Amino acid sequence: MSKPKFVYVTYIRTTPEKVWAALTDPQTIRKYWFGITAECDWKPGSPWCLKFEDGRTADTGEILEAVPPKRLVLRWRNEFKPELKAEGYSRCTMEIEMADYYPDSGGKAVKLTITHELEGEGTKFIEAVSGGWPKVLSNLKSLLETGDVAFQR
Amino acid sequence: MVDATKFKPKTVYVTYIAAPAEKVWQALTEPAFSEQYFFGFAVDVEPKQGGRFRLLWPDGRLHVSGEVVDWSPPRHFSCSWLVEGMKDFGELPECLVTYDLEQSGQAVKLTMTESHSWDVPRDILKGGEQGWPKILSGLKSLLETGKPLTLNTKEGPPPEFMAAVKKAVAEKPWLNR
Repeated sequence: MSKPKFVYVTYIRTTPEKVWAALTDPQTIRKYWFGITAECDWKPGSPWCLKFEDGRTADTGEILEAVPPKRLVLRWRNEFKPELKAEGYSRCTMEIEMADYYPDSGGKAVKLTITHELEGEGTKFIEAVSGGWPKVLSNLKSLLETGDVAFQR
Repeated sequence: MVDATKFKPKTVYVTYIAAPAEKVWQALTEPAFSEQYFFGFAVDVEPKQGGRFRLLWPDGRLHVSGEVVDWSPPRHFSCSWLVEGMKDFGELPECLVTYDLEQSGQAVKLTMTESHSWDVPRDILKGGEQGWPKILSGLKSLLETGKPLTLNTKEGPPPEFMAAVKKAVAEKPWLNR
């Protein structure tokens, strides 16, 4: 049986560089991630964490790969819900590609693919991120295309 | 009448859109919108349960035909879905496509669920898995910015998808219960 996994694809009218910046800049992350932000220097091997607005730690991990503006791979564990933390580490891969588009249409789009897999067994963590990613990535798309997020929590 | 209870969800895509539910509903059910984000297809729907549902090519040829299973504006829209406009595809059993709209803060949560009545091979599901993110990303852009995405939709489905459709049509596994 295959490991529990969540995959989400979204197409955004922007450039790969802007998507990379949005995924790694703490002030931008806070805007589309409902007040949560990241602390990290985005270098392979560096520690990574997500923090709530009040300073509590939400998730921790490390950077496994960082290839701007194309690919970011994180090792990731939940820290604030015991039943999710108990399922251990996951691996989150973020891939940024130019999407196919009509060259004469004047518009370009970026394909962003998030693949989130648990290293071990369990279903709760992947269930939780399956609910979370569509919210976060819908807001990210809106922010890049319109300058504002789609909604606040 | 299609029996919706026979279909099991296989592919789900969720997106949150900064627009009123009525506007999202319009975008899902009116051709002036669908032509802009749904690979150029015009949606043609008879607005009632049991009504006709079709997707048409720009030249009027039939691509998808089906029946409206649930028409509850602006919350639930469900229809059966048979792709007649692609080789072999019209011989597969129809699937069920359901759109659910919920208010979520200032946004509408749109959930698309593709359900099947038989044990569909993974390679056939890849068609929808590739298509829905493009379609619904385009719908969100259109409603939020006034402009659709300009994705190249001529690439077509992957070769393993076409091979799996051919194999299924030859073997008809849905007949073996």
